[in-house]
Amino acid sequence: MIHAHDIRVRVTAIEDVAARTKRFRFEPVDGGSPPLFAGGAHITVALGDDDGAIRNPYTLSGSPQDRGGYEITVLRTTDSRGGSAFLHEQVRVGQELSISAPINLFPINFLARRHLLIAGGIGITPFLSMTEQLADLGQNFELHYAMTCSGAAPYEAQLRSRLGRRFHRYCSDRGERIDLETLLAGQPLGTHLYVCGPERLIDATIAMATSLGWPSENIHFERFAGPPPGDPFTVRLAKSGQTVTVGQHQTLLEALERAGVEPPSLCRGGACGQCELPVLSAEGELLHYDHFLSEEARAAGHSIMTCVSRLKGRELVLDF
Amino acid sequence: MSLAFRDETFRDDFTFYNSPAAIRRFPFPFDRDEYMYSVNIEPHVKGPVGSVVEFPIDIDEHYVAEMKERALVLQQDPLRCQSLPHMITAEWDLVELLMTSMAESYPQWFSLTRDGDRWHWINRPLEIDQKFTFGDVATLPYPPMEYITRQCQGDFSLLDQREDNLWMDAGIATTQADWSLDFDIGMNFMEWHAPVPFAHQMGVFERALKYLLNLQLGRPVRRLNWTMTINPRLDTSPEQYPHWGKDRTQVTPENAGQKVHLRVELQGLWRLPRSNAIVFSIRGYLASLQELSTSPKWARRLSRILKSLPDEIADYKGLTRHRPLSIAWLSRFEDGSPTTPGCGPD
Repeated sequence: MIHAHDIRVRVTAIEDVAARTKRFRFEPVDGGSPPLFAGGAHITVALGDDDGAIRNPYTLSGSPQDRGGYEITVLRTTDSRGGSAFLHEQVRVGQELSISAPINLFPINFLARRHLLIAGGIGITPFLSMTEQLADLGQNFELHYAMTCSGAAPYEAQLRSRLGRRFHRYCSDRGERIDLETLLAGQPLGTHLYVCGPERLIDATIAMATSLGWPSENIHFERFAGPPPGDPFTVRLAKSGQTVTVGQHQTLLEALERAGVEPPSLCRGGACGQCELPVLSAEGELLHYDHFLSEEARAAGHSIMTCVSRLKGRELVLDF
Repeated sequence: MSLAFRDETFRDDFTFYNSPAAIRRFPFPFDRDEYMYSVNIEPHVKGPVGSVVEFPIDIDEHYVAEMKERALVLQQDPLRCQSLPHMITAEWDLVELLMTSMAESYPQWFSLTRDGDRWHWINRPLEIDQKFTFGDVATLPYPPMEYITRQCQGDFSLLDQREDNLWMDAGIATTQADWSLDFDIGMNFMEWHAPVPFAHQMGVFERALKYLLNLQLGRPVRRLNWTMTINPRLDTSPEQYPHWGKDRTQVTPENAGQKVHLRVELQGLWRLPRSNAIVFSIRGYLASLQELSTSPKWARRLSRILKSLPDEIADYKGLTRHRPLSIAWLSRFEDGSPTTPGCGPD
């Protein structure tokens, strides 16, 4: 589904940067410069046959100084809804795609005295632009990157040469682990922590920081797990009376967009809260996969985050 | 568009006035006869030709005089322009937003040439020709935010986004409706809105904050706000209250038409790309009751709005003392006839 504010781009390069990992370069079809972005920003890309049945968020992995286009780096995942498979297998140089303007839900905190960046695997992507911006601003920072070293980790050489002693590598396939306790206990006051990577790494890092007394305001993270699939169900929009079917690999949001409705949305990862819609009734169980609603709000069942959550049951009625 | 920039004052002898064309384009904010509180946020998209929202940044016939007034205020009170050190990236973002917008909308007055980081800015009305290096503060005569806002109508604040809140960590305010940057600097969204009546109980600020935290790049929004000011005085700051507070006692049934001004603020909000901060612009427009009454619809509607305004809001806006006098002056236009839909003049 193409949105009114989408930017039409052409794929101008596709490169292998590591095992099962490709970099895609997009340049605006109209030849101009795409909007500026800052470290940590992402775009959403409309993917799939038939002009984008699904929309996935991808971090911008290129340089903010590069005014000619955007780059994203995508790992081919096996549990994919088809987004990464589509990019890896279907997308060719020269093809046109629709993308959103940059959105930054993982920004640098400019009040930090020091920035500690922790990445796992493909979670390195936001830190490529963040480290560049932090270096330009003369900020104090360190990057700790856990990866599989045997398959040539994405961007390792580039980061090592650019960051020098601020770069720390851990080969998880050789049993090397980030010693989170020592690392987090040894940071000076005023340090901000940013973590991106597999769910387990994020959870362990937050838990360790919290147990060591880090203030929650100093802990920043970005999860990039896609929305889980589920059984198809029907959604009815009370205001228009429209009825839409949500497919197994489709999100509720995507199904609505596909039906020509443009409900609010932003992060597409259940984090920002923008896509919350009020629930009038649910014939079945609401499966809340977001990180936004409180336990009480989930239990009450009065709203649903359409970008990740769904119904296990027959019909959901939304006040929209 | 050709425009004569007038030499006029917003203090002492108050020579400010609006041309007939400026009155016609005045952003009259009421679309119905009864006062209703609303947040009224809408996308800041291109509006009708000649309107105040034709371009993202509006430059009008008062431009040169307003910039002289700003320089005077800053000379007397440098604390009207403040920026905390972590806002320097947002300051440069603002320079880019304003320069590119002004040069694109008004090529007859402003021009911007960019060669990488080497920028060349020409401001013909103010006779400025400046070459500088984007990102290098040493190449401009003022810090970046102050430099460009000395050349752009309206007050500005730069809001840092962190901890799911917005923080007023930089700004310039020389034309404000009784709020103080020096007091608010470093406060968060809930703190600086604390004095507004009713809205907190209605949950307005929680919703507005949530909306703004997700404000997207390239999709600015705007709203109108209003109050009333005695005399065409731009600087009605708390710092200057000893000079203007007493003006409210000098309104009479005879002079209300000239003295009482509707003050409308066109407020814009943009996401900034490098800093992820938000710029909040507050562009004020003044028109006397007499000027507004050249459209009898506006006169009738304004008197009805003032009659239906809750006392708490009149108090908050500082209208209590002169509201009856304004209504009395406007009553000569009140023939009980209906008003046409929309905000525009007759």
